[in-house]
Amino acid sequence: MSAPLTDVPLTGAPLADGPPVLDIRGLKVGFDGPDGPVPAVRGVDLTLRRGEVLGLVGESGSGKSTVALATMGLLPRTARVHGSVRVAGTELLGLGDRALSGIRGRRIAMVFQDPLSALTPVHRVGDQIAEAVRAHQDVSRDRARRRAVELLDLVGIPEPARRADAYPHEFSGGMRQRAVIAMAVANDPDVLLADEPTTALDVTVQAQILDVLRTARRETGAALLLVSHDLGVIAGMADRVAVMYAGKVVESAPAAELFAAPRMPYTIGLLGAVPRPDAADRPLTPIPGSPPELHLLPQGCAFAPRCPLAADACATTEPALTGAGDHLAACLEPPAADPAALYPVPEHTPAREVVPRGELPSVLRVRGLARTFPVRKGGAFRRRAGSVYAVDGVDLDIRRGETLGLVGESGSGKSTTLMEILRLAAPEAGEVELLGRSTSELTKRQAHALRGSVQIVFQDPMASLDPRMPVGDIVAEPLRAQGASRATVARRTPELLRLVGLEAAHAGRFPHEFSGGQRQRVGIARALAVEPELLVLDEPVSALDVSVQAGVLNLLRRLKEELGLAYLFVSHDLAVVRHIADRVSVMYLGRTVESGPVEEVFARPRHPYTRALLSAVPVPDPARERHRERILLAGDPPSPVLREPGCRFRGRCPVYAGLAADERARCERERPKDRAFGPERTAACHFAERVSAPTPTAATP
Amino acid sequence: MTTTATPPAAGPEHTPERHASPERAAPPGRARVALRRFAGSPNAVVGAAVLLLLFLLAFAGPYLTPWNHTDIDYTALREGPSADHWWGTTRIGQDVYAQVLHGLRKSLLIGLLVALFATVLASVVGACAGYFGGWTDRLVTFFIDLLLVFPAFLIIAIVSPRLRDTGWLAFVGLLAVFGWMITARVVRSMTRSLKERDFVRAAELMGVHPLRIVFRHILPNVSSFLIVDATIAVGGAVMSETGLSYFGFGVQPPDVSLGTLIADGSDAALTYPWMFFFAAGLLVLFVLAVNFLGDGLRDALDPTSDRTPAQKRRRARRKGTRP
Repeated sequence: MSAPLTDVPLTGAPLADGPPVLDIRGLKVGFDGPDGPVPAVRGVDLTLRRGEVLGLVGESGSGKSTVALATMGLLPRTARVHGSVRVAGTELLGLGDRALSGIRGRRIAMVFQDPLSALTPVHRVGDQIAEAVRAHQDVSRDRARRRAVELLDLVGIPEPARRADAYPHEFSGGMRQRAVIAMAVANDPDVLLADEPTTALDVTVQAQILDVLRTARRETGAALLLVSHDLGVIAGMADRVAVMYAGKVVESAPAAELFAAPRMPYTIGLLGAVPRPDAADRPLTPIPGSPPELHLLPQGCAFAPRCPLAADACATTEPALTGAGDHLAACLEPPAADPAALYPVPEHTPAREVVPRGELPSVLRVRGLARTFPVRKGGAFRRRAGSVYAVDGVDLDIRRGETLGLVGESGSGKSTTLMEILRLAAPEAGEVELLGRSTSELTKRQAHALRGSVQIVFQDPMASLDPRMPVGDIVAEPLRAQGASRATVARRTPELLRLVGLEAAHAGRFPHEFSGGQRQRVGIARALAVEPELLVLDEPVSALDVSVQAGVLNLLRRLKEELGLAYLFVSHDLAVVRHIADRVSVMYLGRTVESGPVEEVFARPRHPYTRALLSAVPVPDPARERHRERILLAGDPPSPVLREPGCRFRGRCPVYAGLAADERARCERERPKDRAFGPERTAACHFAERVSAPTPTAATP
Repeated sequence: MTTTATPPAAGPEHTPERHASPERAAPPGRARVALRRFAGSPNAVVGAAVLLLLFLLAFAGPYLTPWNHTDIDYTALREGPSADHWWGTTRIGQDVYAQVLHGLRKSLLIGLLVALFATVLASVVGACAGYFGGWTDRLVTFFIDLLLVFPAFLIIAIVSPRLRDTGWLAFVGLLAVFGWMITARVVRSMTRSLKERDFVRAAELMGVHPLRIVFRHILPNVSSFLIVDATIAVGGAVMSETGLSYFGFGVQPPDVSLGTLIADGSDAALTYPWMFFFAAGLLVLFVLAVNFLGDGLRDALDPTSDRTPAQKRRRARRKGTRP
């Protein structure tokens, strides 16, 4: 990266005094729903001073994005907005479109979640930034263009002058988000709103973008309202945090205080439910129930139905945001902050009898798996112009009752690997052995029988359940496919629903009548119907809210212990993997680069990529998050269409950057092989010894 | 794990079920749920009842009058409705009541059967082409395109005189064969996007037989479109039958259909309205009933559609507009 991006911790008092640049008072937003008006925001007060970062946290549907959109005046006309939004003293609510346009982009600017749809695909990136400059400043075309290049340089885009002529589709996701940030800061706004700016990005890219946001804030001195569901991101960025639930701010405090001593039971629950990459065996305490439907809100405290401390008074009066000093909480009786004491810890029967790993029967073995997809060109006569090496040398090994976490960023070939395993056919190259039988030797009949032993749970629980089938039929489907009798199906269906924490009476309902977490439970029940030995979980909790995700993770843990299942758990979320996996395999560009027991890999990563990945994961703990060492990987992964002879990571590798010329030649020439580091531990790096020890998990504040 | 058992998402009316016998035998299957929802929709019930009445009228009605649709009463030419001729007579003295009912019988059968055959053909062929892809898809698409460029009218004109002996059923077949292609193409493209959905992938990975996937997952998910398409096809079939009959193919005198009756009576619509409006009115009623039935069926098969909010919304809006 060419821009100077130093990692300055943001602790300490911000430029807190002086008038607030953004002052939101009593903001209420309602939408027309099918059953009358639905409140989305029910009275929110926020103040933002110059140079301050305010984190707005909440689960989906809590109204955090609506606050940001209402501030920008970007809500649809049908929305009913009441209250007051002042930017540096100017009231925005009720302003006409013309007057708003003069303020949007100049005084207040926004960074959206999806960088692809925030850029116009048919215009060059540089022109779009120049347009943003010219919209508010009376400058010449050339001047605006030069400013655009400067801005691109500021946000760390290499060769900004050349890149300004590129179209958005030629940019990677991270670069697009940089360009959007460049547009947002083009006119030195007073307030910068960032709505989930890194949610669509990979962990290593997320770390870069957060850094760019820090730079942008520092350069412009703007106040930043950071909207996110990710407590880790908030912990690393925010000076103050406001927690939203059901359209209201339920707790607001300086970041360090909020994370250390939360007062509202919801915040306590949220912090107890989020898995952390630096603490493995802390049990997760899910918040029971799911977020309320906003048009069916109860009369009193919105959180009361889920609150373990709910008293009679909670059901009648809605508590106001009160407290001493900076720390405000909306709770009638703020409890002592100990999540473990407040929420019931799920019973956890500790490990089965310890059998040496080598003696356990193998469930899945994958050796040197490869899969390429043709790239075709031409119109009428399509010819093969090259190959995408989606999977290029993957090794996996799962024993009975074991959980293997498969970690990698998007495009690393995780999903392709899964599909290749589940296809139960001869792979393009390498070998897949399921329950001791090689898939290349299976007959059709044997493959069909083996399908019962390996089942999959998909990422999106809504998409993976047929919307037109009752849940009972959905759960029974694999049984029927394996030729089970009617009586078996009728007996197993209620059993399975109860096993995953649903009720047998739910069998007649349709998927859309369930909440996200319940749908995922249905998906798990379906996978368990035929008593598989291996469950493939493809990002099973990434579509769920934190408070619900903990329940599903605990369920998976319990099922594994009760049924002796083996999991292949694919995830991009290292904290979740750390929590649930026994062993971990890290993939980069279609190859496993490191594998081993999860504690060892997280404590002492051997591959520079693993190390960078681990250092990029945000930890929901401001003190730790701000003082640990971060390794920022430069750039993006190279294209999978090119297959170079050497190590594919070397372009971004911090170790490679510090090597002597003759050593570098080795990385360029020779593909690193898996090297053993102790039992059951491998890493594919020529210079693994030089990956130094201090890691984020070992670091102390 | 009781701590994480989330309460049911739906309304509070379901909570008592928790204690009520959880071991209810078989949960209601898809067909029974759909039937219950169908019976609960007023539109659908009205549509079905009207259609049933029309059938009753078409098949039992002719026995109530002494006249046959071919009989000619030379004493009553262009007479208005009377006790003798309930719906009047035509310009050559035929009884309109007898003729319209005979025509209705023909049109009901032709309209419904053509729509049924065409939709079934289109859905099965389209879904298979979309689902299996590859060469199946290429061949089927080629065949569909071939049929689309065939001049259907010409072919029917050439073929139908040879099929005269087999009667109107052959005519139904011909109309169906030339009426399914566009639907099939739409079903094919819908299937291709459905095939990428996770629940279809899940079924594949469970080892469900491909044809079973097509019938259990794909077709129910395109059913909304199929039903709407079929209801339109009913009216379309009656109309194309009329057009063909006008040119001397299809239903030929002395046989009649609603289409031929409307065509004959249209020029007398203002001077001798009974010759036109009884036939036209029944056709409108027929198509409306089919549409109502189709809407009800579509909602019954789609569990996500909910009728009550729509009514509430209307009510709420009315309330909102009032000062």
